[in-house]
Amino acid sequence: MSAPYVRPLDLKRGRVDLSHGSGGRAMAQLIEELFARELANPYLAQGDDGARLTAPAGRLVMATDAHVVSPLFFPGGDIGSLAVHGTINDVAVMGADPLYLAASFILEEGFALSELARIVASMAAASREASVPVVAGDTKVVERGKGDGVFIATTCVGVLRPGVDCSGANARPGDAVLLSGAIGTHGMAIMSVREHLSFDAPIVSDTAALHRLVAALLTAVPDVHVMRDATRGGVATTLNEIAHQSGVGIRLREEAIAVPPAVEAACELLGLDPLYVANEGKLVIICPPASAQAALTALHSHPLGRDATLIGQVEADVRASVQMQTRLGGRRMVDWLSGEQLPRIC
Amino acid sequence: MKYIDEFRDGDLARGLAAAIRAGTEATREYRFMEFCGGHTHAISRYGIIDLLPESVRLIHGPGCPVCVLPIGRIDQAVRLAVERGVILATYGDTLRVPASHLLSLLRAKALGADVRMVYSTTDALCVARTHPDREVVFLAIGFETTTPPTAAAVLKARDEGLGNFSILCDHVLTPAAMHAILAAPDGVALDGFVGPAHVSTVIGSAPYETFADVYGKPVVIAGFEPLDVMRAIHMLILQVNAGRAAVENEFTRAVTREGNRKAQALMAQVFELRDDFEWRGLGTIPHSALRLRAEFCDFDAELRFDVRYQPVPDNKACACGEILRGIKRPQDCRIFGTACTPENPIGSCMVSSEGACAAHYTYGRFREAAA
Repeated sequence: MSAPYVRPLDLKRGRVDLSHGSGGRAMAQLIEELFARELANPYLAQGDDGARLTAPAGRLVMATDAHVVSPLFFPGGDIGSLAVHGTINDVAVMGADPLYLAASFILEEGFALSELARIVASMAAASREASVPVVAGDTKVVERGKGDGVFIATTCVGVLRPGVDCSGANARPGDAVLLSGAIGTHGMAIMSVREHLSFDAPIVSDTAALHRLVAALLTAVPDVHVMRDATRGGVATTLNEIAHQSGVGIRLREEAIAVPPAVEAACELLGLDPLYVANEGKLVIICPPASAQAALTALHSHPLGRDATLIGQVEADVRASVQMQTRLGGRRMVDWLSGEQLPRIC
Repeated sequence: MKYIDEFRDGDLARGLAAAIRAGTEATREYRFMEFCGGHTHAISRYGIIDLLPESVRLIHGPGCPVCVLPIGRIDQAVRLAVERGVILATYGDTLRVPASHLLSLLRAKALGADVRMVYSTTDALCVARTHPDREVVFLAIGFETTTPPTAAAVLKARDEGLGNFSILCDHVLTPAAMHAILAAPDGVALDGFVGPAHVSTVIGSAPYETFADVYGKPVVIAGFEPLDVMRAIHMLILQVNAGRAAVENEFTRAVTREGNRKAQALMAQVFELRDDFEWRGLGTIPHSALRLRAEFCDFDAELRFDVRYQPVPDNKACACGEILRGIKRPQDCRIFGTACTPENPIGSCMVSSEGACAAHYTYGRFREAAA
């Protein structure tokens, strides 16, 4: 194919302008020289309005997620890798193997093409690493002041593992509650680089695709009842969602929940509770008590689940409350998050 | 984490709990007010009640900065942001305090007012420097803990010639509120105070001596960590048992009798006593709050924008007033957890995590369910 463009896209000094979303030559060039080149795969190479995919046997799972994180780049990742991981994880925690991604970009007029190139490259790397290709995409440009650099919405399709039935409604009294590792790094990594707040903390976001960890877990323990990635609102919010959906209570032991010292210190400083701080690479798992040990062993076998612990159990409770035995030996509720603890973290 | 974990240690807590149980006399009740919201929060968050015998009753005090602000004070800030178009900067919890006309600073922001959450007065000064063409008003709230940083910011603004910066001063004084609680004719019966932590780092322990000497109430100044609170309770019990009333200091790692002289000098340089100030719940208390001295009147937003304080009665159903005086518990309020929740607070005590109602709703309401 011969390029109809006189000059290549200026990825060093160029900026997004309204013509990049016009449907004309500038947009075609942006797609061809940036998106298609970085995200290259046979589906995108078809160059049509949609991707033709071979339907796998079994039931499909589909999830979509919009990403508006600020700032766009943070220790451990950026909006590009986050947009890949977040949606893969939503499909994975359903007990499905993610197969394909689609991505929509909403770009703000004036956004530096160099930054967009970094984001797309990071997205491509995350997609390759996860072996889940971005097979379709879209780009729109909004006037300056109507966006915040770039927003990315991604959709992921996967195929459900046979015999697996994971749902937030499946927690049963007596079940074990597991957590795949230490909490709070994503939210605090973002906070550490917020412009009005920056503090020096060796905190790196845990953003990661969890589908291989999930696969390892489900291979060993197919009867997992609930899986969730504890993102916005943190582990506390995820557990409240599950308790509410299943109509059960959840009882935690504070000492079993690992919080990295740097996260704990930063939370202390800002008056935040790590239980409510976002993660982008942590699973909450609820399984029959008899499977808990096998589940822990499977999680420990994968680098992303190395620090998994048993953090509590499910109890009958008509009020569907989440309560915790504190390190001090008292009890407290772990309530729904009230208001907004940290805006725009994913 | 060093200097934190030591004060949250479960084994030490169990040891202290045993000492408290052994120290209480079976025939009497011990009623202590923890003045500060920081203590209220620690008690709820760590479940300290579960470690205490039933004869020890903790009564939440008014030491939560946003809880004691009357509606009219928030209205002033809303008016500045909405009608005068200033950039209104303040601390996070203040944004959610209900104001008149179903507004709050957060809702005013949603309607287009320029309201910004800051973590420090330094941030507020930064906002003023980066927007030289806008008026920036810092809504300065809090007890003696947050007052010195406001004083420093005003001095800094004067030195820099930062003409677009001013403050709406709602700083209040702890000892005045303690007096009001003890002097109230319908006051709550108390056997002593768990005394303020951060406030005392500034004012020292000496100002509380009058409560021991004149009112005969023991005061034990305590840090905000759970073991601090438990140790202070133990020290109070020993005083009560011995029939003593003295000011004792559990928080020796940060508090001295004299306090922080430099901070006190800063406050005295910039602020002077108001004749009186209306508190939510406690009513109008003479000499209980601060205003800028005349030489700093250029930085006084009340004068600069001529926004006068207009009292507004609290919602009739809300029991914040009685809760702040220790007469009622959050669960005694008939709208607690029904019409009034952290998502839709009607009273100020449901707003801040240091507020008695929010702390009980968030951490402790399962206890009523079980009862």
